Amino acid sequence: MSEPALLATSGLTMRFGGVVAVDQVDFAVKAGELRCLIGPNGAGKSTFFKCLTGQLRPTAGSVVFADQELRGATTHEIVRKGIGIKTQVPNLFDGLPARENIALSALQNHSKKRSEEITDQMLELIAITALANRDVGHLAHGERQLVELAMVLAGQPRLVLLDEPAAGMTAEERGRLANVLRELAGDMSLIVVEHDMQFIRDIATEITVLHRGRVFLEGDVAEIMAHREVQEIYLGKEANGAA
Amino acid sequence: MLRAISKDWLGAGFVTVIGLAILFFVPVLFDLFEVLQMTKYVVLALFVLSLAYIWGFGGILSFGQAGFFGLGGYAFAVSSINMGQTTVPFLIAIAVAALFAAALGYFMFYGRLSDVYLGVVTLVVTLILWKLINHTAGPEYVIGTARLGGFNGIPSIPIMTLPWQPDQEMEPSHMFQYFMAILIGVYVLLHILIKSKFGRIAISIRENEVRTGLLGYDVRLYKLAIFTIGGAIGGAAGAMWATYQTFVDPNIFSLEWSALCLIWVMAGGVGTLFGPMVGVLALEYLSFQLGQTDFINNLIIMGVILIFLVLLLPKGLFPTFRDFVTKHWNRRHE
Repeated sequence: MSEPALLATSGLTMRFGGVVAVDQVDFAVKAGELRCLIGPNGAGKSTFFKCLTGQLRPTAGSVVFADQELRGATTHEIVRKGIGIKTQVPNLFDGLPARENIALSALQNHSKKRSEEITDQMLELIAITALANRDVGHLAHGERQLVELAMVLAGQPRLVLLDEPAAGMTAEERGRLANVLRELAGDMSLIVVEHDMQFIRDIATEITVLHRGRVFLEGDVAEIMAHREVQEIYLGKEANGAA
Repeated sequence: MLRAISKDWLGAGFVTVIGLAILFFVPVLFDLFEVLQMTKYVVLALFVLSLAYIWGFGGILSFGQAGFFGLGGYAFAVSSINMGQTTVPFLIAIAVAALFAAALGYFMFYGRLSDVYLGVVTLVVTLILWKLINHTAGPEYVIGTARLGGFNGIPSIPIMTLPWQPDQEMEPSHMFQYFMAILIGVYVLLHILIKSKFGRIAISIRENEVRTGLLGYDVRLYKLAIFTIGGAIGGAAGAMWATYQTFVDPNIFSLEWSALCLIWVMAGGVGTLFGPMVGVLALEYLSFQLGQTDFINNLIIMGVILIFLVLLLPKGLFPTFRDFVTKHWNRRHE
């Protein structure tokens, strides 16, 4: 008997007027799995994440997380159930130091003292202790990405959605991020949206390809990278005879 | 911003000590007319705190704070006339304004109104209240023994008595001290609230509402609580205004009061509690002095001053002064 999915969507659809951004997506992630989600711009990846986190109300379909239906739940209810998200553009409290940003996340579930301990752990885990007392509004994009990841992890989620986490990072930061994500997988589930193929090779075993709002293909890294139609999608050509 | 807040316990203590000094020495050092004038400033300072808190520390810009001011005033007037005392009516006034704020806030925040529409709704609701009360002049508009009086207002509102002693009407100097004690109490309580977990989350909502929700906080509930607290403070100020004047009329709901409240906060400094109180004092005192001259319309001068304030001191009087002092202090001690 196969391991049950931590998160499963069924027929998930999001329409904006005549535009179908997410089109009947069936998708599942197991507990502790690290899954990469790839696709060209406009494939519906960020919209899919917004549907999962309640920022958008799906037009149709269902989202089940840990055997609980999430459709209709508000963002904060979904987050409290154990889903955290690192958004495409780092979404931080710019006027506050990195430490305060992270502590605000931990404070959701813990006392002030405990949240400060968790904050210190997260600063060490992501190796950004040097940034702790700097206002995040003054940090470089890559540093902001790391602070946001630490902030999300401080909420101790069971599933983390990461939307282009490596964008704007230096090679050293990307390497550090890849190590952290590999370490986290197993303890929690991760869904990573990314365009950087080298980064995906570094972290992923399983990949899902989204194209025009639909699941185009799923498979392991080697299989996906070698797939002719996936390459054509990324090169901007039409994927004739889509699967 | 939060870091600055964590350092200003000293500032709050200083403000409290100054407040206590004013409480004790003003009735001794000033004559009756000046004490009465300063009582007015104290009431308005409490009124401005209601907006200073929700705008500066919750990011909720209400264009209708006069609505709660007016509801508090009318609730106090009606209940004190009926009950023949002021202690319970004062609490009723706070409760009525808070409940109205909670009901209005529920529809606004749970209806997912954006900031612009929130401003419009608060403004329109206040104007509706103004219109409504204006049309209650007939004898049929009576609650117990209190006639609402429409545009004529409600006269002969009881003077504030000592708590639970309905026969002990306060002397003007005692009323000043009582109101000043309430103002200091509310200031200290708001400061504690801002420093609490609730306050930190309220500030995070002001800084980034989306991210606060994505951290698992119920943004709508927090905003509702902040708005209700602001309404309660506005209601308390309205009750104090009604007993101070012994009269209340529909103009308490007017756009002028809401606009003045916004101006005081802007002039004093959004994001501080002390600044808006300074704004009230400075602008009301200026307005009073200009009102005593007859060579020029004081509204024109006030308008010019406000334009200069917004253009030259966009942060407001108090934050600009604080930054100036801090900068020079740091330079001197480098």
